[in-house]
Amino acid sequence: MSGTPHILCLGLSHRTAPVDVREQFAIPEAEWSRALATLTSLPGIDEAVIVSTCNRVEFYAAATDAATAMCSLQRFVADRSGAVPSVPQPFYAHDGTASIAHLFRVVSGLESMVIGETEILGQVKKAYAAAAAAGSTSRNLNKFFQRAFNVAKEVRTQTNITRGPVSVGSVTVDLAEKIFGRLSSCHVMILGAGETSELTARALLSRGVKTIFVANRTYDRAAALAAEMGGEAIRFEECDQRYHEIDILISSTAAPHYVVTHAKIAPVMNRRPDRPLFVIDLAVPRDVEPSVNAIEGAYLYDIDSLQAIARQGMEVRRQEITHCEQLIARHVGEFHEWLGAARPEPPACPIPVSEP
Amino acid sequence: MDRLPLVISTLCFLLGFAANLAALKSGRYRSRRFNMGMIALGFLLQTVFLFQRGRAIAHCPLTNLFEVLVFLSWSIALFYFLIGPAYRLSLLGMFTEPLVFLIQAVALLAPIDTPHRPFPPHSPWVEFHAALSVMAYGAFAMAGVAGVMYLAQERQLKTHRFGTIFFQMPPITDLATANLRLLWTGWVFLTAGLASAAAIREPVGPRVLIWGGAMWVSYLLILLARRLGPRRIAVLSVAAFVAAVVALCALNHFSKGGM
Repeated sequence: MSGTPHILCLGLSHRTAPVDVREQFAIPEAEWSRALATLTSLPGIDEAVIVSTCNRVEFYAAATDAATAMCSLQRFVADRSGAVPSVPQPFYAHDGTASIAHLFRVVSGLESMVIGETEILGQVKKAYAAAAAAGSTSRNLNKFFQRAFNVAKEVRTQTNITRGPVSVGSVTVDLAEKIFGRLSSCHVMILGAGETSELTARALLSRGVKTIFVANRTYDRAAALAAEMGGEAIRFEECDQRYHEIDILISSTAAPHYVVTHAKIAPVMNRRPDRPLFVIDLAVPRDVEPSVNAIEGAYLYDIDSLQAIARQGMEVRRQEITHCEQLIARHVGEFHEWLGAARPEPPACPIPVSEP
Repeated sequence: MDRLPLVISTLCFLLGFAANLAALKSGRYRSRRFNMGMIALGFLLQTVFLFQRGRAIAHCPLTNLFEVLVFLSWSIALFYFLIGPAYRLSLLGMFTEPLVFLIQAVALLAPIDTPHRPFPPHSPWVEFHAALSVMAYGAFAMAGVAGVMYLAQERQLKTHRFGTIFFQMPPITDLATANLRLLWTGWVFLTAGLASAAAIREPVGPRVLIWGGAMWVSYLLILLARRLGPRRIAVLSVAAFVAAVVALCALNHFSKGGM
């Protein structure tokens, strides 16, 4: 036992547990306040924060008696889930510098499913704000989380970990923004109401595109999807007459031949020389004749191009991990020094824990 | 010694450009603060130099090619401050810096700072005309810069090969708009400059008249040819500016009385 404060972390994530296990331990936001009150009333736990998202459930605690606090955390988890201690658990437990490094990595997006994603930072900030409002944080965790947010900011600004799109949807949105700037005046047409085109259109919709036209061989399917997305259904045969109205065309039909040809697009572009057309061909076999890309003002991307850009983005992020780790290690050392923590004694665990 | 502010200004533009290049090469292009700072300092020193030169010769500092080139660099930097932030055109500074550096380096290194004695009689219309015309050149230069940026971004979008620069560049539609507006701005300045020339009492050489008219007509044709599309307009704006600068130097060379 020591009088020095310790930072502890007990949790599980997408890396250690499948979704059906994670959902057993997830704590809904409405219950955070009560759960935090319970946690801080347990022996050894001075301060606590609960981070519960779809990809992770983590409990952070500050304690002067690390062993007792860790046992309390584990009992709390076991009580909530009804987990039997003998069952192999997907939990990881960290103490000392490992717990500090873990949170710093989490907020920086290094532990996320999509490396470098920034949504987790908002989620942790929300969790911390809830804990602070519930009065379950004090000097140590306040300092710890604030430092973590600073680290996340530094990692984001000084490395390329968040740079470049890493999914077909985000590649499409990024490219559209590089062509049109703001998408709020863009009109989109979906050709073939498949799942991929729908997802891509939704990504564009989330950036505020003005209108979505949906065309499908089966008109009812087009009408249903249009209604769902707040768009307008059009008959498949009408498409050719509507190209001049649109800025972005997403094609994903099951046609065995080219549906969108050079002969159809060239006259459209001739009539609007200063208005670009972004064509996304998600179909295999392809719907759009490759020579469409040669038309001035038309930018054609097929599924391979989009995936290649996403892979390139992911590779850039992977290459940045070492740089991020160096930044984090420096902050971990500084924070650990501030905390004045001594190497903790290994806690006696009622639940077996695994290293992540 | 009187050139010192200009030398430091030139180095500022070079330093800004080098820092941008290094940042892009390392893949960590971030803040534009340093870039803006270098351009602002360079612009300030240009202003100091032109002010001192103007006082020394008791004329608007547009009496020889050297001064014209420095004035042109100054107007390019001025248009950068007017246009860059308004359109949020990131990297515009990075493309502007080498152009200003090149023009100032030529001005400093070439033997063109030859005083034309005696100075022409002090005429406000001559100076007004010259200043407006060089300002027009500044706008056309920035249009050329926007044109180069458009072509670079368009090429990346067409070939699907994206360099570090891609994600820092503005959308091509913004670049096309900026290009066109800068061309219009330059043309309005040029028109005002040519109109003011009508008030000049001194005889104007035929070469100057032909050149001024040809430039005015060329830019008007580019502006009226919007149906060519933004890509061709970008190419034309770059070509027209290069031609304008070459012609300006040639005009100076062949004019016995200097500018």
